[in-house]
Amino acid sequence: MDPKIQTKELGFYYGKVQALRKVTLDVKEHQITALIGPSGCGKSTFLRTLNRMNDIIPNTHLEGEVLLDGLNIYEPEIDVVEVRKRVGMVFQQPNPFPKSIFENVIFGPRMLGLNHLTSLDEVVERSLKAAALWDEVKDNLGKSGLALSGGQQQRLCLARVLAVEPEVILMDEPCSALDPLATLKIEELMQELKQSYTIVIVTHNMQQAARVSDWTGFFLLGELVEYNKTSEIFSRPKDKRTEDYITGRFG
Amino acid sequence: MPRESLSHYLKGLQDEVLVLGSMVEKAIARSIKSLKERDLELARQVIADDARINQKRLDIEERCIEVVVTQQPVASDLRIIIAILNIIIDMERIGDHAEGIAKITIMLGDEPPLKPLVDLPRMAAKAMDMLRRSLDAFVGRDSEAAVKISAEDDEVDNLYDQVYRELLTFMLEDPSTITRATRLIWVAHNLERSADRVTNICERTVFAITGKMEEIGSSKY
Repeated sequence: MDPKIQTKELGFYYGKVQALRKVTLDVKEHQITALIGPSGCGKSTFLRTLNRMNDIIPNTHLEGEVLLDGLNIYEPEIDVVEVRKRVGMVFQQPNPFPKSIFENVIFGPRMLGLNHLTSLDEVVERSLKAAALWDEVKDNLGKSGLALSGGQQQRLCLARVLAVEPEVILMDEPCSALDPLATLKIEELMQELKQSYTIVIVTHNMQQAARVSDWTGFFLLGELVEYNKTSEIFSRPKDKRTEDYITGRFG
Repeated sequence: MPRESLSHYLKGLQDEVLVLGSMVEKAIARSIKSLKERDLELARQVIADDARINQKRLDIEERCIEVVVTQQPVASDLRIIIAILNIIIDMERIGDHAEGIAKITIMLGDEPPLKPLVDLPRMAAKAMDMLRRSLDAFVGRDSEAAVKISAEDDEVDNLYDQVYRELLTFMLEDPSTITRATRLIWVAHNLERSADRVTNICERTVFAITGKMEEIGSSKY
């Protein structure tokens, strides 16, 4: 199984505070990788390094490498827009733009220069279908994205990511604001999406990590403590810190 | 400590496992006593009490399911519950072996004894000693002890050989003893199987502690 993304000795600092310590991890292609750990352990910081979302935070710096298909995305000649096109992201709170469903989905392609209306129609249908939202909104594409339910809004955000045809999807606690049914829908969707995409998800919900992911990494104090197949992590973790955390005996 | 309720549940489950263990141990001891003393009333009691052992096993299983559903245990907590689910089956089967011995007592009825029983009570004592210590190892999370106890199954196997050979000589010398001797071989077989069940308990103990699922000793039989 080829790694889609590799991090090598990745360190990250907010000012002088070190948030990540020498994290070396392979994200396998067409697999779901879950990152778990207590608040402040660095998992979200790590996730954001994978598509350079941390670039926008002032007074930070990074050491080590993040390789996407073997190329370091932090090399000076790399186009960050291209990186974020290839590595899309879905956030904790659904954040549709205050525009129509249609406009939300085509926002990315339009930014990238796609303006032909027929093509845009196709992109919208394909993306909404892939995000399992098409049947619910196809007769109402002019409706505001904000008028949808929370679960639908999150799938709209996913459709917006899918519209630019990424290779990797990063999800930062995508279900934390959703009810159990909407959560289930996203989780089922992830299983379908992994056939075509590589997914990395940060989650606070360990049952969710156990349910949806193929690989799990446990972070603590900026360090990747253990990284293994999900079934191994949740049945026989090797590190006592992992055991203590997942069995709820942490701290 | 966080997850106090899960710890509380697990402690309760382990206590129940020990209770089932003592019920089973008592059943074997009483079945052998009934055989030795030809106490048919006691034998009938052992048979009747087996239903209580079966029920206890089902109750523990129910509680395990409840813990899984309400607490979603993982890692060592999950392994303990999986181990308990297996251990209680083995113990219930040891209870069945006790019932089998009690039934043989009833079959023998008032037929004259073939010989004074020495090795069969010894087998029973050894198997039950192994059972008691295997449960201590499980509760005390002592995988080394579990491996050692499992190896002691050889002693029970050797006693089984001895009983078998001795009874064979009786049958060769006097065919009229065949029925009684065969029944005593069944008793020995029940005890030999009981000790094998204990080795399963030891294997599950090692699994609960280390996560390794492997056979730690192979019985001769």
